Formats: sequence, structure tokens, C-alpha cells
Amino acid sequence: MSDQSHKIPQTEPRFSATFDTSTMSEIRRAAATGIYDIRGGGAKRKLPHFDDLLFLGASVSRYPLEGYREKCGTDVVLGTRFAKKPIHLKTPVTIAGMSFGALSGPAKESLGRGASAVGTSTTTGDGGMTPEERGHSTTLVYQYLPSRYGMNPDDLRKADAIEVVVGQGAKPGGGGMLLGQKITKRVAKMRCLPEGIDQRSSCRHPDWTGPDDLEIKIAELREITDWEKPIYVKVGATRPYFDVALAVKAGADVVVLDGMQGGTAATQEVFIEHVGIPILAAIRPAVQALQDMGMHRKVQLIVSGGIRNGADVAKALALGADAVAIGTAALVALGDNDPHLEEEYKKLGTTAGAYDDWHEGRDPAGITTQDPELMKRVDPVQAGRRLANYLSVMTMEAQVIARACGKSHLHNLEPEDLVALTVEASAMAKVPLAGTTWIPGVTKY
Amino acid sequence: METLTFDLDKKPLREINQFLHGDASTLNGKSIVIENPNGAHNIAVGLKADVEVTIKGHAGYYAAGMNQLAKVVVEGSVGSGVAENMMSGHVHVKGFASNAAGATANGGLLVIDGDAGLRCAIALKGADIVVGGSVGSFSAFMAQAGNLVILGDAGEGLGDSIYEARLFVRGKVKSLGADCEEKVMGPEERKILVDLLSRSGHGDVDPDSFKLYGSARTLYHFHVDNAGAY
Ligand SMILES: Cc1cc2nc3c(=O)[nH]c(=O)nc-3n(C[C@H](O)[C@H](O)[C@H](O)COP(=O)(O)O)c2cc1C
Repeated sequence: MSDQSHKIPQTEPRFSATFDTSTMSEIRRAAATGIYDIRGGGAKRKLPHFDDLLFLGASVSRYPLEGYREKCGTDVVLGTRFAKKPIHLKTPVTIAGMSFGALSGPAKESLGRGASAVGTSTTTGDGGMTPEERGHSTTLVYQYLPSRYGMNPDDLRKADAIEVVVGQGAKPGGGGMLLGQKITKRVAKMRCLPEGIDQRSSCRHPDWTGPDDLEIKIAELREITDWEKPIYVKVGATRPYFDVALAVKAGADVVVLDGMQGGTAATQEVFIEHVGIPILAAIRPAVQALQDMGMHRKVQLIVSGGIRNGADVAKALALGADAVAIGTAALVALGDNDPHLEEEYKKLGTTAGAYDDWHEGRDPAGITTQDPELMKRVDPVQAGRRLANYLSVMTMEAQVIARACGKSHLHNLEPEDLVALTVEASAMAKVPLAGTTWIPGVTKY
Repeated sequence: METLTFDLDKKPLREINQFLHGDASTLNGKSIVIENPNGAHNIAVGLKADVEVTIKGHAGYYAAGMNQLAKVVVEGSVGSGVAENMMSGHVHVKGFASNAAGATANGGLLVIDGDAGLRCAIALKGADIVVGGSVGSFSAFMAQAGNLVILGDAGEGLGDSIYEARLFVRGKVKSLGADCEEKVMGPEERKILVDLLSRSGHGDVDPDSFKLYGSARTLYHFHVDNAGAY
């Protein structure tokens, strides 16, 4: 008998899909500490994204352009609506706003060097403009944020464009955070805060509340800068049709739309993963709003949130954006989460590729830190070079795709060139499911 | 002093502001009068010269916004955000001010003879503000540095989540916000108050009739036991 009982097959240990190991570890962490998890980066779960779209390319019914020989333009002009001095970029891939404070001085300098080398812009962030950044960025966009940390009119006048930040994709409706470890003397002084405190940035602007006020605020910024500089409005992707329409009504030259995959320096995990919508779902309603107002291509649209390569750039542009912005990918190009630092990531209880405790300020790569020793690891010349290489590759990749679709400029890509791999992506991007003419919500199957 | 007069009924605001942004060396020491403001927004914003601007009537939002060096006098009332993010200089409102007066101001002196609305001195970053009347609710919210002197009363939630700013109140405070508490006024603070009273035309007011409020500093670090206050 006992022999037989040995033969009863055992069910193999089975993990729950609902209570997976990361969920359970978070329950244990919450139970031990009593406070929510804060981390950097964007949404980590799988979401409908540009990977769910494909280009059709040319064949008999369309003809392609010759790779490397026939011209495929990549330039973009931002701020043509009202600004006396619009911005001219050679590539539609821009560097998103990331604060000095969240990032080290050398990291900001690297971003400036890399972007300038390929003719694109960088953006300041919560915490103001540093001389390193202004000095090394040919085109610098100055963020005007709810916290107004480090905000001053001299820097406003030094900027090439102004970005009024209403929200961010990682945390629409939320303000920033910078924990004590990163509030060093220099950061504290720039933000006018006591050194070493846990800082929260406000989530609303202090001196305006609704779209009608925003219109007056934008007018103020224009008056102060004598109508020279393009004014962007950045929103997290939530109700893109209405937000874009209101931003345009308020007088924006450019709208920046950031999806939920978009990175952040530090935010509650629950916020990052559960608030906002993926950029794939946000672009078409945003473009629709511009088209309904007769403003598509007059007010430019910059989209961001999980842009990684030239295919993502081409897809965003084909859906109607004028340019894209990258945050996380730019940091990776500088050296963030690089496997050669694996030993050090292990010491922090993580592994290369998964490190996201940027708020703790102990980044072995020297990028998301204010530690003077760690930040020495970033060589702005070399890191800037890597970023420039990467930006060039993205641009060339987008050109490869555009030529294959027979387009002589990236902006000639259109939804027509795309199909979707999944029903969800088809419904969100409003392009047909591959092999069919079906767009859920638009055409009948 | 050379005086120049602009009539907002006849000249577009953009041209007046652009004139005021001219070369400081030619503007310094000049006196400019703006007639018929009629509540226009963004009058005299972004100045950076040692000029004196007198607005003959009511102004709208952001009057004297981001001021540097200039002295701006409003002979009437102002809309939201007067002297917002001022860096230096002096802004004097002879009437009342709407919401967010002196928001995020870094330096300089803002004097309001009448009352101020909600969120006066919100996120103050180092400037001095003297309000002759009362202020509305949520004033000095997240005020980081600088001084707010209120001769009248304060509304609800004064100084919520305040950092290192000082709040001097002569009248009643309806309620204090999270982490704001009454402080003992030492000689250093008293000196600041006396100086501000005299510079704002209230030199005859007894400094000892004020109470001082500031940060209890219990919310400076995230802590589970403070969760209720966040
Ligand atoms: C380290 C870091 C700091 C950031 N700081 C800011 C900021 O100060 N202001 C802002 O508007 N967005 C900020 N963002 C968001 C970016 O501007 C951008 O929206 C986002 O990174 C785009 O998504 P991606 O990271 O997937 O490319 C930050 C992002 C990162 C990764």
C-alpha cells in the first residue's frame, strides 16, 4: 500500500497568475513598512504599444524610395503658430524634460551634448536650469512646472522654448517627488528648500486653475518673452481629445502628450501602473482634436512614453505626431542599467535592467544620483557621444521605414501605412487589423 | 524724473510691455504711467529695470508678474497672481488683490493695502508680502521661504505644509493647515516684522499685536505615522 501511495502523481507547485511573486513581495513589503512603494521608471506591465502595429511597405500598388539615395527628410519646425522664433530640429526625436536633481549634473550635460550633436533639443525639468545644461544644449526647452522650483525670468529668457507642464504620463494628476538623499546643498539651494528633506512638488499650478486661466498664463509668458519663444503645453495621456483641444484653445504652439509608459524620477508604483492610458491609445484622439480645430500641423504634437527605436518613431509620426520625446531610452544610452555594473546592482538587491530605485540616489551608473563620487562615473563627452549615436540610429531606422513606404519625409507617413496585430491595438490606433479592413468602432467586421 | 504716459485704450499692451523690456540703461530712473488699464491682464510683466510704473486703475491677472528691480504701483485692485514669481523690486496694490497674490515670489516686497483672496503667498520662495487687510483660505500653502505679514485675519488652513516661511498675523486665524504652528517671536523675527511694517506704510502698528506662525517640521520626512496628515 505504502508503495502505491508513492505513485500518486503530485500536482507540481503552481504560482498564481493573480498573486504572482512580485505582487506577493509587494504585499510583504507594504505589511512591513506601512508606506507605499516609490520608484522611478514607467509602467512595467505589458501594455498595448507600438509593437502591436506593423508597416505595410510598398509593393505593386505603391512604390518605395531607394534606400540611402533618395532623400527622406527628417527635420521638423516647432512653434509655427505664434512664436517669432520657432525651433528648427534636424530630427523629430527630442529629449524629454528630466530634472537636475533627479539627474546628476554630468548626466544633464551628456544629454545636452548628445542632443546638440544631432540637432535636436533637450528639456529642463522640475528644479530649474543649470549652466551645464544651458551651456551644452544648442536648443533648450525650459519647463514651467507647478512647483516653480528654480523658476526665474532670466532663465525663461535664456530658453529657446517654454513648456508649461500640466502633467506627466507616469502620474497624470500627481506632483513630483525627490527624497532627502537627493536634496543636496546645491539641489536644495536651487529649489529654495531645506537640505535633506523629502520634497513633494505640487500637482497643480499655484496661480492658475482651469483652461481659461491657462490662456492668460500663456499670454503672460508670451508678453514676458516678447512673443519670441514657442510655448508648449505638456499633458499626461488621460482624456487626450479634450486636453489637446483645451491646450490649443489656451494658445499653445505645441502640445506634448506623454503616455503611461513614460518614465518618472520617483512616483508611487500604484500611480505609475494604474493611472493614465498608453500612448498608443492617446495619439489618434489627440490628432483628431487638432484636425477638428483645423490645427493639425499648425500646432505641433510631440508624443512620448516608451519610445525605443526608429520603428516607434515612425509609427508615432504615421499616427499623426510631429515629433517624439524620449526619457528612459536616453538614460539607457548614457549607461543606465548597464550589465557591466551587475555586481553593484546585486549589492542594491536588484539586477541590471530592473534597477528603478532612482529616488534613493545610489545609481551605480552615476545618472540618477547627486552623489559626487558616483556621478564622476559619467563622462559627459563619451556618454553624449553614445546618445548622439543612438539618436542617429533611431532617425535612420525611421527613414528606412519611411522609404520602404515610399515617403520622402517622415511626416508623409500616415495611418494608411499601418495595420494592427491585435484587436485592441486596431481599436486604439484606428488602423485595420492585419489582413482585414476591420477597425473596431470604425468599420464593420 | 522723466515721466512717460501710455494709454492702454490707444496702445496695445504688447507694445507697452515691449517698451518696458527695453534696454535697462535707457529705462533706469524713468517714471511710466499707464492709463485706462481697465482690468487688462499681464500689465507690466517681466520688467527688469529700475523704473517706476504707475497703473492708473484696476489690473487683471499677473500684474507685475516676475518683476525684477522695478517699482510698480497699482492705483486700484488686481486680479489673480499679482507679482507672481517676483524676484526683486517693489509692487504696491492700493486696492484689493484676488487669488494667489505673490505666488512663488522669490524676492522683493509686495504690499497690498486691502484684502487678498485665496492662496495668498502660495509656495512663497523668499519674498516679503504685507497685506493691510485680511487673506483668504489656504494662504501660504507650501510656503518655502520669506515673510507674510497680515494685518487683518487669515482664512482656513493657513500655512498648510509650510516649509521655512514666517507668517505674522495680527487678527484671527480661522484654522492652521497641516504642520503649521504658532511660534515664539524672538528678537530676530520681531526685527523683520518692524522693518516690513515701516516699509509698507504701517510703521505706527504695534509689532507686539502680531502672532508668528511657522513650520512644525514634522512632515519634512515621509513617515508612516504621518500618513493621516499627507
Ligand atoms: C529620471 C526622469 C526624470 C523626469 N523628470 C521630469 C520632469 O522634471 N518634468 C517632466 O515633465 N517630466 C519628467 N520626466 C518624464 C519625461 O519628461 C518623459 O515624459 C518620459 O520620460 C517619457 O517617457 P519614456 O521615459 O518612456 O521615454 C522624467 C522622466 C525621467 C525618466
